[in-house]
Amino acid sequence: MTARAPSRFALARVAAVFLKELIQMRRDRFTFAIMIAMPVMQVLLFGFAINNDPRHLATAVELREDSPLSRSFLAAMKQSSFFDIVAVTHQAGEGDAMLQSGDATFLVVIPEGFEHRLVRGERPEILLAADASDPIAAGGALGALEPIAAAAFEADLDGALSNLNATPAPYQIVTQRRFNPEGETSFNIVPALLGVILTMTMVMVTSIALTRELERGTMETLLATPVQPAEIMLGKTLPYIFVGGVQTVLVLLAAFTLFHIPFTGSLLALLAGVTVFTFANLMLGYLISTVAKTQMQAMQLTFFVFLPSILLSGFMFPFRAMPNWAQWIGEALPLTHFLRLVRETILKEGGFPATSGDLLRLTIILVVLTGLALARFRKTLD
Amino acid sequence: MTSEEAVIDVRNLTKRFGGKTVVDHLALKVPKGSIYGFLGPNGSGKTTTIRLVCGLLRPDEGEGTALGYDVVRDSAHIKARTGYMTQKFSLYEDLSIRENLDFVARLYAMDNRKQRVDDALADLGLKERASQLAGTLSGGWKQRLALAACMIHEPDLLLLDEPTAGVDPKARRDFWDQIRRYARAGVTTLVSTHYMDEAVQCDRIAYIAYGKKLIDAPTKDIPAQVGLKAWRVEADDLTRLHDRLNGQPGVELIARFGTELHVCGMDDALLAAAVKSVADEPGYQAEHIEAGLEEVFIHLMAQSADNMK
Ligand SMILES: Nc1ncnc2c1ncn2[C@@H]1O[C@H](COP(=O)(O)OP(=O)(O)O)[C@@H](O)[C@H]1O
Ligand SMILES: [Mg+2]
Repeated sequence: MTARAPSRFALARVAAVFLKELIQMRRDRFTFAIMIAMPVMQVLLFGFAINNDPRHLATAVELREDSPLSRSFLAAMKQSSFFDIVAVTHQAGEGDAMLQSGDATFLVVIPEGFEHRLVRGERPEILLAADASDPIAAGGALGALEPIAAAAFEADLDGALSNLNATPAPYQIVTQRRFNPEGETSFNIVPALLGVILTMTMVMVTSIALTRELERGTMETLLATPVQPAEIMLGKTLPYIFVGGVQTVLVLLAAFTLFHIPFTGSLLALLAGVTVFTFANLMLGYLISTVAKTQMQAMQLTFFVFLPSILLSGFMFPFRAMPNWAQWIGEALPLTHFLRLVRETILKEGGFPATSGDLLRLTIILVVLTGLALARFRKTLD
Repeated sequence: MTSEEAVIDVRNLTKRFGGKTVVDHLALKVPKGSIYGFLGPNGSGKTTTIRLVCGLLRPDEGEGTALGYDVVRDSAHIKARTGYMTQKFSLYEDLSIRENLDFVARLYAMDNRKQRVDDALADLGLKERASQLAGTLSGGWKQRLALAACMIHEPDLLLLDEPTAGVDPKARRDFWDQIRRYARAGVTTLVSTHYMDEAVQCDRIAYIAYGKKLIDAPTKDIPAQVGLKAWRVEADDLTRLHDRLNGQPGVELIARFGTELHVCGMDDALLAAAVKSVADEPGYQAEHIEAGLEEVFIHLMAQSADNMK
């Protein structure tokens, strides 16, 4: 007798599954390429959207007075390639409606009595309202409007009025961010992208971990051996920690070199967060693979999880602006906590004390997911 | 415990899939070192029974042991000492032959792993193909690989589920030579099969249909148990003789052996009448004989249609 009595947990069997998965991953060039190419692609795509000055953004102009100054302001705006004027109204409220309906991304309002008050040196307000649910576009608008206004009024304010052409400008531009009061900026997006990429790839690759074995019939061989559920789980998820690591390095490199995002926080805190977050996603995928009967179902379930992650984690919409029920769902998603953690460490100079709350929650999610996956694992074929 | 005598000893084994009873109060006692044939039409429950024995399925009723361990509670122990070859090839097609064997050897935590894998490759004549992907192998080679994989941990019990289906006769002969070598070394084998020429090689045979065991006897006793009657009939024109006998009441089976026909049926009187009715054939000769194993198996197989429904 050379076969040993089966033990509860054996590293040798974890290694067996781990090595097998590594070989399969290496052979499956297509998936491997996608896992590496995806972060690069996404960061570049988003990066370009952020970096390139946005242009031709639909803008409504609401001129509540008809004066030489407001007319030359409108003319100057029409010259701009940043704003595309889709409507000029004179009625208060019409521009708001367009912003609400999404027909316009920006609304520029010249209030009543603008010229009169400007001449009297009261520094009247020009209102710039932005649909900031598209924070990339909203960011550049103020920068674009200032030179337009300066150029427009400079020509008119001559002669006796030329003294108004001093600093500060004889008017004020007041910006209002609608729908996104937190005012997400581009710096938030690249680090957040890391979370989205990890969610997408890690959940996807492990969601088919078991269903692929079931569909190919290899599950029967696997289950006929003494291998234990926890050994299969570890062996099948560990290889992807490396993939997640490579993705993390790629995205962070891009963030720092291409987009010059300042990294001010604790690298250790960030890496701890990335590690727990990656594991949590791997377990989420693995849990899916214990539920799905086919690879097709696994993919559908992955998207079923992916969509709320994008929508309710604070990536797409500001977390605190969501209704309570949505925040509850959001709290259960790994991405929510990762986003907070990554913002804390990359943008707010945060380290361990500040991130430990989110790290703890990520760990709880990880433990719960692992427990569920192990409980769901079927040791038999029926 | 009588585990020394009966390596598999199960009683009342019952499995239902959604209300349909697939294995119906089945008892099976497989003596140590024997080659036990498991016969039955498609869908009769052979695969399900084998899975129940090695703990891949949970029985709805019944109990028993394999290798002395309880089939429900101690399946981990059973798995550690059992080699199970699935009906459908279920190793990794995207792994090479060596990688597959190495993977399995690791799962059984074998010592001298590399040596064992090398030996297994040499034993089965797979050495030259060691780095070939399993998915690119032909049916016969896949069978060899699957057998090597389920033998790599030197199990005491082999469960082979239609191991030679779709394999050419030469490969099938080699395969059985291998099984008999293992049996001589004390390995117990339960093998399901569709082929009569394989059935006759078994020491003992259980025949099931619709999940129920109909026959269970030493192979040589099977004809007597089945009670199949047979006549040896000769004539100058065998083809015409065959045509005249075919379809007569009582004639269930006509097998041609060289220059003679073996005419078989369950009803002695009807069969005798049918044979007499062709006595006018030139060169006619007839003799009542013992039905052979082969005829009995052809009869059993022909008698029961597929159980898939
Ligand atoms: N997992 C399962 N779920 C539902 N029905 C099954 C399952 N496995 C087998 N069956 C049914 O049980 C019957 C017996 O199948 P099986 O044991 O594979 O027969 P055999 O191996 O003798 O061909 C068949 O009718 C088959 O359709
Ligand atoms: Mg079968």
